[in-house]
Amino acid sequence: MGELIAEVLRWFADGTRWSGPEGVVQRLFEHLQYSLLSTVVAVLIALPIGLLIGHTGKGAFFAINLASFGRALPTVGVVILVFLVSGLNLWPVYVALVVLAIPVIVTNTYAGMAAVDHDVRDAARGTGLNGWQVLFQIELPLAVPLIMNGVRLAVVQVVATATIAAYISFGGFGRYVFDGFAQNDLAQVFGGAVLIAVLAIALDLALSGLQRALTPRGLALQRRRSNR
Amino acid sequence: MRWSWISDHAGELAMTTLEHSAIAAVAVLCGLVLALPLGVLAVRFPLLKGAVLGISGVLFTIPSLALFILLLPFTGLSYETAVLGLTVYTLVVLVRNTVEGLASVPPNVREAARAMGYGGTRTLLTVELPLALPVIMAGVRVATVMTISLVSVAGFIGHGALGQLFIDGFQRDFAVPVIAGVVITLMLALVADLLLVVTQHALTPWTRRGR
Repeated sequence: MGELIAEVLRWFADGTRWSGPEGVVQRLFEHLQYSLLSTVVAVLIALPIGLLIGHTGKGAFFAINLASFGRALPTVGVVILVFLVSGLNLWPVYVALVVLAIPVIVTNTYAGMAAVDHDVRDAARGTGLNGWQVLFQIELPLAVPLIMNGVRLAVVQVVATATIAAYISFGGFGRYVFDGFAQNDLAQVFGGAVLIAVLAIALDLALSGLQRALTPRGLALQRRRSNR
Repeated sequence: MRWSWISDHAGELAMTTLEHSAIAAVAVLCGLVLALPLGVLAVRFPLLKGAVLGISGVLFTIPSLALFILLLPFTGLSYETAVLGLTVYTLVVLVRNTVEGLASVPPNVREAARAMGYGGTRTLLTVELPLALPVIMAGVRVATVMTISLVSVAGFIGHGALGQLFIDGFQRDFAVPVIAGVVITLMLALVADLLLVVTQHALTPWTRRGR
């Protein structure tokens, strides 16, 4: 074990590892490209669905159980299936990652909307706001903390799963995992795993900062008071 | 598409499905055996709580494939590697839900048990764990469904059960086994989830009283 760690450190210390078309920096950009683009597309699809179900209350069963379906769907199978249909391009990666991210965002968005206090919603109606205004000025801001929880969960899963891009010969940190496995080079696999984990944690922290910034002040104050 | 492939290989598919269920079941059971004591310890010793939840959270960010490969020097290209790797992933969910479940037991219930002369262990086994059961079972359901899907990743180290169909289909440029693998995995997850709902229903009769 100690030997492996020393080897991993040597792997990271190698200056040529970091630059060039196969360097860590290039792999980082590729990994970020797959992960972020997929997450953004997933949010664009999942958020309206979650908001609609939460606002109308129709389809709650669907929204609650979608996350379970998402967990059950084997991503490796989805990637290979789309690959066999579309051929050698990035579609399999993007489709699989978007499909992976959508359910958890829909379920959390719905949960956030469902958790909005009925009295608050009624009060908003009573002051004369119409449906859209209630949605965008009252429900959405109040649901932001839980929606962002969903996005964070999705990002962590997407970053870890984007490893699969390397299986169908694309880049990202997954290259180190698959190449290391093929070359029986555990230090390389370990290095790749560390890079992926660090990227996932960094993005999660960045999003938790965004989550704090987007949370309405009243909600943050209320939470602080109840924690005391 | 040669759909007849499915009927030609029905026997093999059934065996593979059984193998898949066995791997997932053993992994979740091992996870539960580890997670329950860890969760109890984490609730008893708040210092441990941060460490246990933190470590299990970090483990979750490691790609499952990398974890399987990194276990190879210890357990080789074996069935144990697949189960061990999957067990690690179930811990994340199971430990967190055990901690949350135990924390959700109202303090006055605990005090009442103490007042009736229950010792620490008896309170834990007969009062706290049963009351935490719904939250723990929710974790078991999530972990089970997740594990059933993750078994296929162990296909890269040769023990993916239904996941082997994906790699097979990929190598032969043949989509039918891949579709079969995805569909059977989804159905297996659904059946397992339903079984767990029924189990929970049977284990927690008091949650239905007075409704």
